[in-house]
Amino acid sequence: MSWISPFALKDMGILGMNRRNHAFVARYNPRRYYPLVDNKLKTKQLANACGIPTPTLQFIVSAQHEVRHVRKQLQDCNNGFAIKPAKGSGGKGILVISGNRGNSFIKSSGKRLDERDIQRHISNILAGLYSLGGAPDTALIEDIIQMDPLFEGFSYQGIPDIRVIVFQGYPVMAMLRLATEASDGKANLHQGAVGVGLDMATGKGLRALQFGKPVSLHPDTGKKLDSIEIPDWKHLLTLASRCYEMTGLGYIGADIVLDRNRGPLMLELNARPGLAIQMTNGEGLLGRLKAIEALPHSPGGVEERVSWAMDFFAKK
Amino acid sequence: MQRVSLYWIVGLLIISGISLAWLRHTQMQIPFKPGSDTGVWLIEARVTFTASQRPVLASLSIPKKPPGFRLFNEQAASPGYGFSIVDQGENRRAEWSRRTAEGTQTLYYKIQLTRNPEKQQIPEHPPASPDSVNWRPPEATAAHALIEAAGATSSTPESLTREIIKILNASEKEQNAALLLADYRQEILLTRLLAEAGIPSRVVQGIFLEDGRRNQSLVPMVEVFARDQWILFNPATGEQGVPEHFLLWHRSGPSLLDLSGGSSARVSFSMIYQSIPALEMARVQSSNNGFSFLSMHHLPLDQQGVFKLLLLIPMGALVVTFMRILIGVSTSGTFMPVLIGMAFLQTSLIPGLIYFLTIVGTGLLLRSYLSYLNLLLVARIATIVIIVITLITLASLMSIRLGFHTGMPVTAFPLIIIAWTIERMSILWEEEGMREVMVQGTGSLVVALCAYAFMRHPTVAHLSFNFPELNLVIAALILLMGQYTGYRLFELHRFAAMKDRTP
Repeated sequence: MSWISPFALKDMGILGMNRRNHAFVARYNPRRYYPLVDNKLKTKQLANACGIPTPTLQFIVSAQHEVRHVRKQLQDCNNGFAIKPAKGSGGKGILVISGNRGNSFIKSSGKRLDERDIQRHISNILAGLYSLGGAPDTALIEDIIQMDPLFEGFSYQGIPDIRVIVFQGYPVMAMLRLATEASDGKANLHQGAVGVGLDMATGKGLRALQFGKPVSLHPDTGKKLDSIEIPDWKHLLTLASRCYEMTGLGYIGADIVLDRNRGPLMLELNARPGLAIQMTNGEGLLGRLKAIEALPHSPGGVEERVSWAMDFFAKK
Repeated sequence: MQRVSLYWIVGLLIISGISLAWLRHTQMQIPFKPGSDTGVWLIEARVTFTASQRPVLASLSIPKKPPGFRLFNEQAASPGYGFSIVDQGENRRAEWSRRTAEGTQTLYYKIQLTRNPEKQQIPEHPPASPDSVNWRPPEATAAHALIEAAGATSSTPESLTREIIKILNASEKEQNAALLLADYRQEILLTRLLAEAGIPSRVVQGIFLEDGRRNQSLVPMVEVFARDQWILFNPATGEQGVPEHFLLWHRSGPSLLDLSGGSSARVSFSMIYQSIPALEMARVQSSNNGFSFLSMHHLPLDQQGVFKLLLLIPMGALVVTFMRILIGVSTSGTFMPVLIGMAFLQTSLIPGLIYFLTIVGTGLLLRSYLSYLNLLLVARIATIVIIVITLITLASLMSIRLGFHTGMPVTAFPLIIIAWTIERMSILWEEEGMREVMVQGTGSLVVALCAYAFMRHPTVAHLSFNFPELNLVIAALILLMGQYTGYRLFELHRFAAMKDRTP
């Protein structure tokens, strides 16, 4: 086990869990707005109203008796679909089906599932297995994302997503999360996904980590990770920043995916975004957050904020 | 602003918690340490007499606020007799009564006393000036001469008393003293002489306490009123003040023992010095004290048992808060570790651990089979609850059969919480793999063991039950920890990857 001194962390401006909860999440995120991000259905409806693109919603299942008819509705989703709990957190309960073969469905990992498995998954969601505190939930069935060919070879069995921390409407830090075999096609860092820090000015990869250790090649595909660059970077940051006005939450993590056909889509928002992003960027969040707190109080438009952030947080 | 007021609250909680505990400690003598002992004198007065087939009324003078002692327990044991304690001014009397009695009767009165070194200097009302004393003619002259001789070398009532005692005790008896002592007992003579000099005084009786002495009788002493209080003199030695280990038993009023309906009455005293748990004493004393409203000792015993456990929860919560905020241990379910720790308290550690691991492990195995049955969540958890109950029952029965443990308290493990734990762990297993299950499971167990170690500590158990107000201090500590925004210990490991980025 290797350790680092707290003074070194402080010098680097690393944000710790306690400080995040106390000085940012609790202070800038009013409790009453939480349902907007904790319920994906609400987030989606709100995003649609604000003109923020999200993955297309096919239908929802909100009552147990509807589960039997799911099969019929799924017939239209030939290109695959994703089942998500509306109130899930941390990617829990998300089932991605990339296609169907005969009577069975194929998971993105290649595993086959039959109709009963799908139904059981949906009833688990409805009973609240994945929701906070076990509250009854709703299942969303969405179109799956068509992966941008740019990411070919960078991700294993899953769509990469881009996490942008947005503080008071300013994009602060970003990273790309790539699924691996270890993470079972999921983009969660603590499960073994690879995180690549992104330069705020350009969207270029900075450094990559898996399980908290630096890596230079994707562990499954062997592709070099430092060559990555997100296209249309400013547009993506603008999309993330607009989520501030949309939700009224001052400190959020916006998860954005690149769809081959539709471009950047807002996948979900998180009111308690994790801290691993700091390691993939090799820089603490605290300095950037304080810089924004120190700004004279004039939020300005989204464009201005993004330009300011791209300029100010660029890696020199 | 918000922070400042929080620190006020924290300070207030700590001060009120500690000062309340301190007050109760001093007022009710509840010890801060478990198992500390206090010395106690147990004194037994034994009254024997021969009853003469008539209604019997025996009245024994008993101590009331004896100086230097604190009386905390008294009882009478005399089968067949009605018993009551009569309080009359400076006097207390124990009264036994019976319609008829025959033969030798024995009555017992027992008190328990502790040393109470604090001196209460309550000014007393001056008694009426003594009546004029009747002497026979030769005695009057002798008394006057004696008082004059003593008065010549003294200036205050106390010094006069000392001088008289000196003259009476002189080995070569002066003529006047010898004459008077031939007719009067020394203590009686002393009060008479003092009355002659216009100083109020009275004969009192008490016992010298000595461990294990039996058949003791009371020793007469003389109290002289001076400087607004009664001052005790030992007529045998001239010593002033209450001697150590002297218990003032009978002060004023009628005689030590009044008896009607019997004859040849005799009072004897025996005493022992006991060492009893200080807590036991506080318990007996607490009933008549204003600070006892926070005492759990008034509750029925079974409820006391419940509170003994319940009042430990804040300590467990403190441990969990510490482990999560300062150390950064991840647990499955925030306060589940406290409940597991409390269960260990009831089952004791090793059997509790075995039970817990067996139940959760078997539950997980059965749960993995349940997932094939395609049940709805609520039904599945209900099934797990029943499985857990069955497992606990089987485990208890088996251990009783095997004879290595007396079975497990059925309520020890919170069943529903265990069922949820099994469900959560099973989901965690499916979703995030075995590693995360191990991390959270170990975290929960480690925190549970820490909480157990603290809650089991005799001092903690003692303080939480006897000083429930100390929980205010725990609350203050938890509030303080809620303010901690520094790094968690495990974050120093988590962020270790930043090391190569150090400028």
